[in-house]
Amino acid sequence: MKDTLVIRDLKAGIEGKEILRGINLTVRKGEIHAIMGPNGSGKSTLGLVIMGHPSYEVYGGEVIFNDRNLLDMEPHERAQAGLFLAFQHPLEIDGVRFSTFLWQAYSHRFGNGRKPDIIKFRKELRQWLKNLGLPENMTDRYLNVGFSGGEKKRAEIVQMAILKPEIAILDEIDSGLDIDAVRIVAENVKRIKQETGMGVILITHYQRILNYIVPDYVHVMVDGRIVEEGGPELAETLEKEGYARYGVAEEV
Amino acid sequence: MADRKEQEALLDFDYSKYGFKDEDAVYDFVSEPGLDEEKIKLISRLKGEPEWMTEIRLKAYRIFLEKPMPTWGVKLDDIDFDSIVYYARPTRKVADSWDEVPEYIRRTYERLGIPEAERKYLGGVEAQYDSEVVYSRMRKELEEKGILFMSMDEALKRYPELVRKYFGTVVPPSDNKFAALNTAVWSGGTFVYVPKGVKVDIPLQAYFRINLQNLGQFERTLIIAEEDSFVHYIEGCTAPIYDTHTLHAAVVEVIVKKGAHVRYTTIQNWSRNVLNLVTKRAVVEERGFMEWISGELGSGRNMKYPSSILRGRGARTDILSMSFANTGMHHDTGGKVIIMAPDCRATITSKSISKGGGISTYRGLVKVLPDAERARISVSCDALIMDEDSVSNTYPYIEIEADRVNIAHEAKVGKIGEDQVFYLMSRGLTEQEATTLIVMGFIEPLSKELPMEYAIELNRLIELEMEGSVG
Ligand SMILES: Nc1ncnc2c1ncn2[C@@H]1O[C@H](COP(=O)(O)OP(=O)(O)OP(=O)(O)O)[C@@H](O)[C@H]1O
Ligand SMILES: [Mg+2]
Repeated sequence: MKDTLVIRDLKAGIEGKEILRGINLTVRKGEIHAIMGPNGSGKSTLGLVIMGHPSYEVYGGEVIFNDRNLLDMEPHERAQAGLFLAFQHPLEIDGVRFSTFLWQAYSHRFGNGRKPDIIKFRKELRQWLKNLGLPENMTDRYLNVGFSGGEKKRAEIVQMAILKPEIAILDEIDSGLDIDAVRIVAENVKRIKQETGMGVILITHYQRILNYIVPDYVHVMVDGRIVEEGGPELAETLEKEGYARYGVAEEV
Repeated sequence: MADRKEQEALLDFDYSKYGFKDEDAVYDFVSEPGLDEEKIKLISRLKGEPEWMTEIRLKAYRIFLEKPMPTWGVKLDDIDFDSIVYYARPTRKVADSWDEVPEYIRRTYERLGIPEAERKYLGGVEAQYDSEVVYSRMRKELEEKGILFMSMDEALKRYPELVRKYFGTVVPPSDNKFAALNTAVWSGGTFVYVPKGVKVDIPLQAYFRINLQNLGQFERTLIIAEEDSFVHYIEGCTAPIYDTHTLHAAVVEVIVKKGAHVRYTTIQNWSRNVLNLVTKRAVVEERGFMEWISGELGSGRNMKYPSSILRGRGARTDILSMSFANTGMHHDTGGKVIIMAPDCRATITSKSISKGGGISTYRGLVKVLPDAERARISVSCDALIMDEDSVSNTYPYIEIEADRVNIAHEAKVGKIGEDQVFYLMSRGLTEQEATTLIVMGFIEPLSKELPMEYAIELNRLIELEMEGSVG
């Protein structure tokens, strides 16, 4: 299927320990899927496995994107195919300037073997930093080094805006953001979605961001399985009642 | 927004071919392999030197014979001094225009991009090919300020008193076996003199090339910065790939007078068959500042420890070095600081990368003599090990005999983080690109100190070293 990410009965884990126990999920371009679930239920693992983190092993199932078997592809090939993961914990890379790195990524995505237009790149970058409320000199700083928690999250969105994915996985993009920042990030995600028509998998613990980015579907993940699916109202129920109804003990 | 990587995208140099040799090279004179007093006298005579220099050479030769081989550092016991050619002169003339340089040599330097660099961003260029400087030229406006920039041989002819006053005062032949050998057979190298208060705002560059198989290159460099002056001197080194050893044993002496500032930058990319055994040292007077910056990418066996002797109150030094030891390479490098006066400051920063079984050793000495109160010293050694086969060692020696000394020492050894590589790959970079970028980030503290063109060159060289590093 074109413009579609299909996950079928995906089982994966680490060092023989199964974390994902059969995930089924289909995301078309233009759709917004929220994934919610208690800590440790496997949400980040799902993102990392879709993106191809080498520490995780796949025990079964398949992941198909635009009719290509993602599981046979290297992480960079998945990215070049149009997948994007905004990390729950973005990595710090010392000595590597934000713009240097992003230019290289941009060249892969839009170069077709040649160098794309650097002037256009700079202009876009400057605009998106502004949109996300980040200072212009961010470009000369080392990637995520010394960025505050909120700056890291915003910088992930800048990267996404520049790389214009077809499907983006946003792993707790709203965690650690102040109230205004949640709104700014959410508005920009919506804007990027409008401009690119991308599909979004939004992993979150909070209803707040879903007020801005209204999901088409909400999936509840518990212990490596999707245990319930519904519309936006499901998120509101969870906000009120928590995960107790899935047999999950309340957090202390 | 001066972003190097982006600039790089706009430039298109080919740095992949340093290893070529000039098959059609012709020499004016090549001495028989091996060394004795007669050969030394012959070299001195061919150069038309004053007698006192011949004497210095002969005395140094005797010291060389007496001195034992160093037993530490890299493997040295297979050096066959009898098979080395100690002097090879391609031409008798030092040209001041590239048109006058022999065709095959000019071609070499053009391939290395030197004439172009000279036109664009250098204040002066000197090119040494095997034993002799074949090209030397400085911009007129610098000449008019009284700056001297020429080969050591020419300086000996034109300014014998100045040479005699300083030669061997910073690195005496008795310092070590290879300093003695250099003093005995030195040829070429650079002489720089900056008058009081003069600031040279664009770098002066010397370019050293070894072409002849079995040649030993023994250049001798002397930099004198008078009070409150500034100069940035850059040296680059390349050689063809041979299957026998080539010895490069240079001596560099720097005199930093009161309030003067000298920045000495090296980009060393010798081929792997070159043994690089270099003695570099500066004496720094009151409030003077000596910076040693080096990127060591080539040379199969490399020993160098740029040194600063802080002799005047408030003198400063920064020693910043990066070394990349790839398969079959052993780099034993570091820095030395000897502090003799109060209120001095020194930092040593070492960044080493070992890959494919390469060995990187940091060896450093900080010595604070009793008079050097309130010295502030910081030493940091950072090692990156790319795989299980590679090795990193650290030998930081610190001797403090003064009071109220503040010293910070930090050593780190690390591997490239899998999560970092994955993060970059998740944005579309290949594993090799991701790893290379992380390595470049690791050496950024060095590359950001280089003029942009050199930073780009350094990154290109790193890229070449990183090629084929992931399966
Ligand atoms: N590298 C790892 N090594 C060992 N266990 C791991 C590793 N990564 C994840 N796990 C385990 O897998 C389970 C799922 O983790 P995951 O990070 O996917 O949870 P999550 O749903 O994203 O939780 P949170 O809401 O807290 O972010 C947890 O029990 C976690 O400890
Ligand atoms: Mg998580």
